[in-house]
Amino acid sequence: MKQSIYKIIENIALTSTVFKMVLEGDVSDIKNSGEFINIKLEGKYLRRPISVCDVDATTVTIVYKVVGTGTEQMSKMPVGTELDVLVGLGNGYDLSLSGEKPLLLGGGVGVPPLYNLAKRLIKDGKEVTVVLGFNTKDEIFYEQEFKDLGATVFVTTADGTYGIKGFVTDAMKNIDYSYFYTCGPEPMLKAIYKASTTSGQMSFEERMGCGFGACMGCSCKTLTGYKRICKDGPVMKKEEILWED
Amino acid sequence: MGRLSVNLCGIELDNPIIPASGTFGYGYEFAELYDINCLGTFSFKGTTKDPRFGNPTPRIAECKNGMINAVGLQNPGVEKVVSEELPKLKKCFNKKVMANVSGFAVEDYAYTCQMLDKEEQVGWLEVNVSCPNVHGGGMSFGTCPEAAAEVTAAVKKVTTKPVIIKLSPNVTDIVSIAKACEAAGADGISLINTLLGMRIDLRTKKPVIANKMGGFSGDAIFPVAVRMVYQVANAVNIPVVGMGGVSTAEDVIELMLAGATAVEVGAANLIDPFVCRDIINDLPAVMDKYKINSLQEIIGGCK
Repeated sequence: MKQSIYKIIENIALTSTVFKMVLEGDVSDIKNSGEFINIKLEGKYLRRPISVCDVDATTVTIVYKVVGTGTEQMSKMPVGTELDVLVGLGNGYDLSLSGEKPLLLGGGVGVPPLYNLAKRLIKDGKEVTVVLGFNTKDEIFYEQEFKDLGATVFVTTADGTYGIKGFVTDAMKNIDYSYFYTCGPEPMLKAIYKASTTSGQMSFEERMGCGFGACMGCSCKTLTGYKRICKDGPVMKKEEILWED
Repeated sequence: MGRLSVNLCGIELDNPIIPASGTFGYGYEFAELYDINCLGTFSFKGTTKDPRFGNPTPRIAECKNGMINAVGLQNPGVEKVVSEELPKLKKCFNKKVMANVSGFAVEDYAYTCQMLDKEEQVGWLEVNVSCPNVHGGGMSFGTCPEAAAEVTAAVKKVTTKPVIIKLSPNVTDIVSIAKACEAAGADGISLINTLLGMRIDLRTKKPVIANKMGGFSGDAIFPVAVRMVYQVANAVNIPVVGMGGVSTAEDVIELMLAGATAVEVGAANLIDPFVCRDIINDLPAVMDKYKINSLQEIIGGCK
């Protein structure tokens, strides 16, 4: 983990509520796909945890949805704004278990962390299939970006306005895969948990206090004991997940 | 003694800065970030007789200039704290540590304190009679002078280490509770724990926190802490450890002027993990600015 100042070099709308922000600074502590960063905002007490979409030598990209006053504030920040950010948080996805034909399933703003994951898996020579699930056509983002990486991409919309009508699990049925990686709303994770025929990894979300394992604000029960979503997660293996309700 | 050092219940601290319980784990997460031996000491995660998962999530809510938590004393229980956490703590911290203890019955407090009394690294027992996030215990002991005194007396019987009773601000007369603890043998008082608070989500029209209510902490509660430290320090003859919304060297000096011998830093650690190290580094220059020669001399300096 590292605390440092980052400069916004891009902050653009991808849809009416989803934005892409590129931050320039010391990204050396960002190691794995599926990690998150924690951003301090003027006038907000708690930092805002946002998953990493992509990282290169000098920048980190996040794709975030405006859901409250904090993310709304972020969406209005001009290029050049400097932010106090903690980076290198969370465990991230374990790529070593992917097999040859990994399937990546993202729902809504669960899509972004899969981007860097897809990039790395493809670089490792894996045959990557991606299913991106959205409610409706207007909410779709990053379809072309995943295609440009060389992944086979399917898009589902719940209302059928684009791609396959239904949920990501409807597309999943017809795909041959060796392992799965997913991130999205909890009902989607549960559905994938039931529908999947292989092992896999799921990234979870919870309201956090610190984001680095100190406060126990985001604890959950798993089959292998109590875990902190922020430090022991956000990625959990299918075998350890305990659904509580 | 250095100009930053203070004496807390017979043990000298290099400086008065103590990360507060529940915001610093058992130390080792922060030891990955900086050498925590720069601290005066730290108060480790509230420990109970039995293991506890704590409350359901969400446990955290944002507030203006603060936050609410309802973690609910998640901890592995005193036996595992002794067998697993303290050995790890010892590897990254070579000073006396403050053991924070909570319970649901007087006997629980005594049992946990007796176990921790045997640990050489434990310098002080900070007995939390003020947790707002557990039912049938915690704060209920700290809102009544007789119950607080009963816990104090029971703990004093099982330990020779200094016992500091951590009080709740959610009371009408904090002075009477502090005095009852002192009369029952407390070696020190720490305050304030969090203020009971609540937030409601306008979209769902439901409480943000699963436990509905939780403990409000952060910058916003600092004036309450100053007031209560001042009231208690002027009413008892034992050291007071001040806390509540502290995030700067100036805050530390203000609480010490109000009567605090040492100062705990809580929620600020969660926002800025380096805050305690930075406060310690900032203190000499801030002392110079206000013409303060040594911190020990300013304790209770505001009359």
